[in-house]
Amino acid sequence: MATTNAGRLARRLAVDKTIKLVSTLLATIALVLLAMILWALFFNGVRALGPHVFLNDTFGRPNGLANAIVGSLIQVGFATVIALPVGVLAGTLLADLGKSSKLGETVRFVNDVLLSAPSILIGLFVYTLIVLPMGRFSGWAGVAALAIVMLPVIVRSTEDMLRLVPVQLREAAYALGASRWTVTRSVLWRAARAGILTGLLLAIARAAGETAPLLFTAFGNPQTSFDLNQPMATLPVQIFNLTLSADADSIALAWAGALIITVGVLALNITSRLLISLGQRK
Amino acid sequence: MTVLSSADSAPGASSGRLQASIRRGVLIDTIFGAALWAAGGLVLVILGTMIILLAYDGWPALRHFGMAFYTTATWNPVTERFGAMSMLYGTLVTSLIAVVIAVPVSFGIAFFLTEVCPQAFRRPIGVTIQLLAAVPSIIYGMWGALVVAPFIAAWLQQPLISGFGWIPLFGGPANQFSMFTAGLILALMILPFITAMFVETLESVPPMLAESAYGVGATTWEVFRNVRIPYGRTAMVGAGMLGLGRALGETMAVTFVIGNANRISASIFQPGSSIASVIANEFGEAEIGSLKLYSLLQLGFALFVISFIVLAVSRRLVRSRLD
Repeated sequence: MATTNAGRLARRLAVDKTIKLVSTLLATIALVLLAMILWALFFNGVRALGPHVFLNDTFGRPNGLANAIVGSLIQVGFATVIALPVGVLAGTLLADLGKSSKLGETVRFVNDVLLSAPSILIGLFVYTLIVLPMGRFSGWAGVAALAIVMLPVIVRSTEDMLRLVPVQLREAAYALGASRWTVTRSVLWRAARAGILTGLLLAIARAAGETAPLLFTAFGNPQTSFDLNQPMATLPVQIFNLTLSADADSIALAWAGALIITVGVLALNITSRLLISLGQRK
Repeated sequence: MTVLSSADSAPGASSGRLQASIRRGVLIDTIFGAALWAAGGLVLVILGTMIILLAYDGWPALRHFGMAFYTTATWNPVTERFGAMSMLYGTLVTSLIAVVIAVPVSFGIAFFLTEVCPQAFRRPIGVTIQLLAAVPSIIYGMWGALVVAPFIAAWLQQPLISGFGWIPLFGGPANQFSMFTAGLILALMILPFITAMFVETLESVPPMLAESAYGVGATTWEVFRNVRIPYGRTAMVGAGMLGLGRALGETMAVTFVIGNANRISASIFQPGSSIASVIANEFGEAEIGSLKLYSLLQLGFALFVISFIVLAVSRRLVRSRLD
């Protein structure tokens, strides 16, 4: 009896140990693989970097990414201006006024659908909505596509952040006779300021890295352009085209672009994380 | 602030001023409430228009080919015969490969992160994994095409073909760009995402449940399997499905590496195409008003329906426990 019990215990401990070992191994492999992405980016990207990357257009000598960087900044900027107010208002609706109503629940569900809809479909949608009637690819179509990418992210994070504001704060303000507008502006939004900013940064990061919705909307442009009525370059689409062109110089330039985007996106993510942890410490 | 000051001065001031102030507050609130609902309504309108436009613009393809559009695999722009079978097949196969690889690995990493890893390393590793989920998909695609594809053709596909080549699923020859390569890159891409959700679920298990299992002498693995997993099972299945949803609609990570061949192959080492990759590759060349354009839009509509169903189910599963 005693021996079989000891045997069973030994077996259970052995199973436990094996699984711990396997899981450690899996985690190591995954981390190494993912570190390899960053290494490849860094190694190939830094080699190709130089002032010309930021100063020259696609057909400059040597070729650069200035047109794509400018185009990305302009389009993400305009998309932010559109998506931010709408997103914050809709998020406020879900956290407050329409919290438990049937219609509010529908908006929440639809927002989740938009959030996880394949981004290439947003491109198709904007193509049929704007590009076809306009008769050409344009920066505005790119702006619209990016705004639709950003909107659900802002709505979701605004709702989540506003829900964290203690109900007592809100009710105290209402008890003083404050209007909904005053409570929202001076209590809700003020208390959740850092959180809303965090969501905005994440939305910008996501829009800056999107390729698929821009293929048939902003399209691309080999020259630096400030005219949103004309096709406009973006960094991700440019990287896509450069990689497909398959000559060594273009691929080197694509790595440089990939490094720029990734550094930008990760910097935005890290900043938003710092904002959150600063907020928690207070 | 205006409301506060008028409330302060209310007893002394004339009631007319108070009433005017209240009336103004009510008016502002009405406008503000309308603005909130308008913003929420806009979210509904965007998705509504998207569904209607995709369905409407893809309709000519369905009218021309009938249901044969979804049951034939020919995709020939020259003869204008378009069937979606091979893309549906490629989309499902690559996504399934991705999920079959990513879910068990995520599971292992989640176990490691919540149970095995020393406390000091948990946060850094957890944050790193979450940051990797934020890397744009074009980076995964580019890395996959330029770095990984040649490597796995030689070191993963070749051994599998020589060992299991008699099974049609693993038939040769090895291809750098294949459904297998696409599935593998997709797996890497959804791995951080699924892992992060697994960890979040597992950490929400009440400590008391786990502690009482430890109290009766269970090992770490036994507590994990018999207490933590059952507690979070529904949410974890939901997380896996959310990962599947991402894989189904992913464009950039797939387009680079799937090989873009519009045909159905039994072997996963053969090139194929997915709905998203065909749209990315061929939409630019399709002429306005052409049958090809309508067919691509119809494909887009199909992709929307598929990802909508996957999302609706997974959302229900993930939320079932959290609410």
